[in-house]
Amino acid sequence: MQDLKLKAADKRGIHQLGGDELVGWDEVTQGIILTSFEGDASNVAHLKAEERNYSDFNSYTATVASWRVQKPVFNIDVCIDCQNCWVWCPDTSIISRDKQMLGIDYDHCKGCEVCVEVCPTNPKSLLMFNEQEDLETALSQWPEKKKKEK
Amino acid sequence: MAITSIKNLKEFSTNNDRFEGALTLCPGCAHSMIVRELMNCTDDNLVIASNTGCLEVSTAVYPFTSWDTSWIHIGFENAATAVTGAEAMHKARKRKGTLKDNDAPVKFVAFGGDGSTFDIGFQWLSGAVERGHDFTYICLDNENYANTGGQRSSATPIGAHTSTAQAGTHSYGKKQKKKDIVAIMAAHGAPYVAQLAPNKWKSMAKGFQKALETEGPCFINTVSPCCTEWKFDPKDTINITDLATDSLMFPIYEIIDGHELNILYRPKNVLKVEDYLAAQGRYKHLFKPENRHVIDEIQKNIDEYWEMLQRREEARV
Ligand SMILES: Cc1ncc(C[n+]2csc(CCOP(=O)(O)OP(=O)(O)O)c2C)c(N)n1
Ligand code: SF4
Ligand code: SF4
Ligand code: SF4
Ligand SMILES: [Mg+2]
Repeated sequence: MQDLKLKAADKRGIHQLGGDELVGWDEVTQGIILTSFEGDASNVAHLKAEERNYSDFNSYTATVASWRVQKPVFNIDVCIDCQNCWVWCPDTSIISRDKQMLGIDYDHCKGCEVCVEVCPTNPKSLLMFNEQEDLETALSQWPEKKKKEK
Repeated sequence: MAITSIKNLKEFSTNNDRFEGALTLCPGCAHSMIVRELMNCTDDNLVIASNTGCLEVSTAVYPFTSWDTSWIHIGFENAATAVTGAEAMHKARKRKGTLKDNDAPVKFVAFGGDGSTFDIGFQWLSGAVERGHDFTYICLDNENYANTGGQRSSATPIGAHTSTAQAGTHSYGKKQKKKDIVAIMAAHGAPYVAQLAPNKWKSMAKGFQKALETEGPCFINTVSPCCTEWKFDPKDTINITDLATDSLMFPIYEIIDGHELNILYRPKNVLKVEDYLAAQGRYKHLFKPENRHVIDEIQKNIDEYWEMLQRREEARV
């Protein structure tokens, strides 16, 4: 049902934010320059994530997955590709290609639930589940279409 | 100029995501909804400066950067100065033909919170606009100094509880009215000034594209609901923004060349401001009988302001 082979550059989510290899606040060089990409980045605005040559300094290579207690689960069978979730996700974690919603980037999603709130379908195509819940079980529990309250 | 199609959301979503993930703003923070939209509505190279604040600290967590373009942070107050310095240099080098690619389109953008825009960085912003640089300044207005624990700013509305204007037995929160930054920036004679909101994604994207395309200094105040300091559930960021625009607490409008005012959103059903206030913890105390007069005052201010906006739109002066 759910295709989770989402588009990604090789490096997504390989770093832990605040990992122990960091230097102390008094050891950081002032006026530091971090390069977001390897090599020539002059054309990068035209590239999708999977085409971008990320450097290790780009936060794309880091993960905030541990912030979540609950995660959104996507049910492609109900989705109408309206892209509400894409435009309002604050963490660039809705992956859309060619006008289609493909799924959630769980390395960068913080579980805020905004996408669920703005999803217009009935039943919703995105719902929150416990972080530990596996996707198959979550999808098997999907609610039926709700009747309009009179 | 390579603006991207914003005809409808499906088209807009085919554009590349330019604001990178794993930034450390609170879950549900509207700051990044606004920044994402600005970056996604153009394919041009951007040179961006940020004032100190939530956006800056969360997108430059050493050793990471969340920006896919040139980005600089210097101090709390000087993003407008930094980015207009870069703009002046770019212009000079273009004239001399010393750029690597002399024809590549570049846009200059500064982001500031309300604290740095309305208060501490105001003279830097005012100076940069007066000098007439070709840049766009975007204020992420969450009506408080969020990054340092929610102190009041001159953008905090009357009646709101903040850590330095507390509600309690002797106070109903902030006593002063919000500064009218949009009118102040329009009075500079800037070619494009607007107030926009992330729930109205299309008018926001249109306004951003207009500002980027307009030559000269442009200023946009954006409503940026802050779940942490406004005290609401992160999932409700867009719902709260809907209440803000539909109660006319945040009217959506633009002012061209300092005088031509256009209202960009007219709610079909104008909500009472009570609905907006009741949805946030920072206004909870206003619903005590002794504070009801503050709600009445806020409603009166809103009604008068809306009337003024409509008359100015009609008058075209
Ligand atoms: C000159 C100066 N004064 C104060 C500070 C401390 N400070 C850092 S962030 C911040 C709050 C920023 O508020 P705002 O501009 O509204 O942005 P927000 O965090 O709300 O997005 C303050 C007071 C500073 N860094 N520099
Ligand atoms: S839960 Fe929040 S961060 Fe995660 S995909 Fe939904 S809107 Fe984005
Ligand atoms: S908001 Fe819902 S229906 Fe719309 S694209 Fe996202 S998941 Fe699909
Ligand atoms: S404190 Fe407010 S503005 Fe700052 S990151 Fe959190 S929600 Fe966003
Ligand atoms: Mg602020």
